[in-house]
Amino acid sequence: MDLKEKLVSSFLAFEATVDTSNTIHDLRTEAIKSFEAYGFPSKKLEAWKYTSLNSVLKNDFSLFPKSEVAIEYKDVKQYFINDIDSYKIVFIDGIYSSHLSETTHDKIDVCLMSSAFTQSRFKPVMDVYYNTIVKEDGLTALNTAFAKEGAYIYIPKNEAAAKPIQIVHFSTGADNEAMFQPRNLIVAEDNAEVTIIERHQNLSSSEVFTNSVTEIYAGKNAHIDYYKIQNDTNKSSLVDNTFTEQHDSSVCAVHTFSFGGKITRNNLNFFQKGQGIDSILNGVTILEGKTHVDHNTLVEHLEPNCESHQDYKGIFDEKSTGVFNGKIIVDQIAQKTNAFQSNNNVLLSDKATVNSKPQLEIFADDVKCSHGCTIGQLDESALFYMRSRGIATKEAKALLMYAFANNVLESVKVPQLKNRINKLIAKKLGVNLGFDV
Amino acid sequence: MSKFTEDDLKKELETKEYEYGFYTDIESDTFPVGLNEDVVRAISAKKNEPQWMTDWRVDAFRIWSEMEEPEWANVHYTKPDFQAISYYSAPKAADPNKSLDDVDPDLLEMYRKLGISVDEQKKLQNVAVDIVVDSVSVATTFKKTLAEKGIIFMPISEAIQEHPELVKKYIGSVVPKTDNFYAALNSAVFTDGSFCYIPKGVKCPMELSTYFRINEGGTGQFERTLVVADESSYVSYLEGCTAPSRDENQLHAAVVELIALDDAEIKYSTVQNWFPGNAEGKGGVFNFVTKRGLCENNAKISWTQVETGSAVTWKYPSCILKGNNSIGEFYSIAVTNNFQQADTGTKMIHLGKNTKSTIISKGISAGKSQNSYRGLVQISPRAENARNFSQCDSLLMGNECGAHTFPYIEVKNKSAQIEHEATTSKIGEDQIFYCNQRGIDTEKAIALIVNGFSKEVLNKLPMEFAVEAQKLLEISLEGSVG
Repeated sequence: MDLKEKLVSSFLAFEATVDTSNTIHDLRTEAIKSFEAYGFPSKKLEAWKYTSLNSVLKNDFSLFPKSEVAIEYKDVKQYFINDIDSYKIVFIDGIYSSHLSETTHDKIDVCLMSSAFTQSRFKPVMDVYYNTIVKEDGLTALNTAFAKEGAYIYIPKNEAAAKPIQIVHFSTGADNEAMFQPRNLIVAEDNAEVTIIERHQNLSSSEVFTNSVTEIYAGKNAHIDYYKIQNDTNKSSLVDNTFTEQHDSSVCAVHTFSFGGKITRNNLNFFQKGQGIDSILNGVTILEGKTHVDHNTLVEHLEPNCESHQDYKGIFDEKSTGVFNGKIIVDQIAQKTNAFQSNNNVLLSDKATVNSKPQLEIFADDVKCSHGCTIGQLDESALFYMRSRGIATKEAKALLMYAFANNVLESVKVPQLKNRINKLIAKKLGVNLGFDV
Repeated sequence: MSKFTEDDLKKELETKEYEYGFYTDIESDTFPVGLNEDVVRAISAKKNEPQWMTDWRVDAFRIWSEMEEPEWANVHYTKPDFQAISYYSAPKAADPNKSLDDVDPDLLEMYRKLGISVDEQKKLQNVAVDIVVDSVSVATTFKKTLAEKGIIFMPISEAIQEHPELVKKYIGSVVPKTDNFYAALNSAVFTDGSFCYIPKGVKCPMELSTYFRINEGGTGQFERTLVVADESSYVSYLEGCTAPSRDENQLHAAVVELIALDDAEIKYSTVQNWFPGNAEGKGGVFNFVTKRGLCENNAKISWTQVETGSAVTWKYPSCILKGNNSIGEFYSIAVTNNFQQADTGTKMIHLGKNTKSTIISKGISAGKSQNSYRGLVQISPRAENARNFSQCDSLLMGNECGAHTFPYIEVKNKSAQIEHEATTSKIGEDQIFYCNQRGIDTEKAIALIVNGFSKEVLNKLPMEFAVEAQKLLEISLEGSVG
């Protein structure tokens, strides 16, 4: 039985575990029908031209975690940004782990989707925002159908989350191959501020497939900083569907750091529904082995006087493949739009591949839109310069690559996180350099 | 002098009618409408073609009938009804054996209106013109001069008779019958086109030129061009297209194949001004063309195009850089106005070592038109030290038009160096202000800016063609190009 059939037929069993009387469940039943119609995306779809999920979908995933597994904090401490005070929402095999987490309901809500789905006091917010920003396709419909757990973050008007929020998903391999479908909702009302760090970590050697959907709402003047750290094992695949709706003068930044995983697909969508908005999409991808990372971005400028900035850097070694498919749509009324997109890649091996497709679709005339894309190698003369001054080749190369990715790293506003990413990069490049000066 | 503002220009652009929209009344020898295997055989028989050619056509027809019409391009139109088109239309007056004097005066009048009088071309511009009116060549000039050098330049229908070995060897070698829907259709029903062969080591002394026109209403134009440049040869080939006004949409599905053998160079320039439809978006030509060139070692193919016409344009002149050190170039200006839609660009397929390609694409959209650049740069794993530079700039006039960019970049070799950049902007108020400040009125300023915007491409056109190109830009953007 293939995965699609298995998912569709297990929906009945899933229904037994959730409250079927509320409106959320109506959405689920609608969504499973849509998924049945769409199915999983294939390479025939233009948006999936360069990424095939076949090697993932052939696994016989267990869909619902059977048992709760306890993890000691000391064993997973390294996967947290542990030198800062933060809220934590931690899931082990898709189930909330209260002893690793630190949530709050003090002024702001940092808690669980399962609570939001079931408790009536979240209903006003859920009714307005849940499932309204996401655009339906096979994978998002699938997620909506099985949505049960995830992070729920609500920042009311004029409030700021006092500390960053870490969302961490662990998988333990207790159920062998497992598929997870976390669903997150992040609402920052007018003038609200929040910083979020998300990570998926496989602790076993089993195959894991995560199909995650995150909806982000940014009210007027809201500031959202979202960091995604993707440094999973080579048995872990992730499809991250993130949808962001922004209103007047809001600033929303999503930074994606992809250093590992088997197949990682980031569907990052921004809808600008107000004026004076700034959307920032940054990414650093450093890969080796047979890893595959696909950044598929969409920024829709629907109102005048907005900006968007995209900056994706990629370094590809061995047999890794990188895909960048960026799309900017400027609506007819979105005059005075400034939209920038840049995708730079370095290929270190003849077996590595980069496929880049930076797209512009522009229907307004008074705009400044540009995109740039480069693919190249490290500068021989720069390497020689450093070699001639006593820097070993490996270190010299690492320095160049670090410099290459630096302007994206500069945009990381949490110093401890920046430090951590620097260390990850140093480890990745196999050098011991103090980048964090 | 009254102030000429951008709004005026916009208005003028919107109301500008197709200047070459007249229809010359010549009796045509036309096939009844419809397409089936018998029609394909009949075309072949009419052309008195050898058996291998008939088989080739029939094979292409069979392939075509199993294909589906592609829909991926960023254009919207009512699909042509392939059974409502007549697949053969030859002016009755045409007879290749006649001298220029015998050519139907109506035809000559038509060319005179287009400003491409054969005599003038012959005497003043030193250009050999192979004129194609509704698929049959009516006059070929300078044949003798070319023949002395061993250059073959003739309608492809004659080439099939006189040089079957060359045609057989190269036709379909770059654009196979199976390539795509329209290429297959063309392979089955093409009625004429040009064939050009430059022998080893010969540098063609003059620019070769063909003008295509669609004349008879309800006929499709399916020409086939085949240019073969043998080792170390050079040729510059010009193709110009204009078509008279028609209400129903006309289909133009041509195939152009270029073959540049070792050390050869082909420069292929196109000025395309098919009827774009009127201000309401009614009528106009569908231009679905497959153009591709193959470069062997050290060879170079350069495509230059100025696209101002057609209701729907869908074409990607491409280079397959098969040989080592081969070079591909693509320079394009695409102007769309009113309801025109253009989805054009290029494909650079790097297969050999040290291959280089340059893409410069300039899009100008006005009125309610949509202008898309779609390009592919592909570096295969064995293409060491490949180099590509792409630049796609779009200029928008008015807020009802659209400019789109769809570049595909696929790299499988680490030594490749690829740069791609694209910008979209309108004519800046500050730029016009700067000019105004220095005593240049707005009209001149716009002219200056548009001219500067397209200059990189215009400069690549051969001298003889630059005039024509300038003329066509004027038709599309009169008042803005000085």
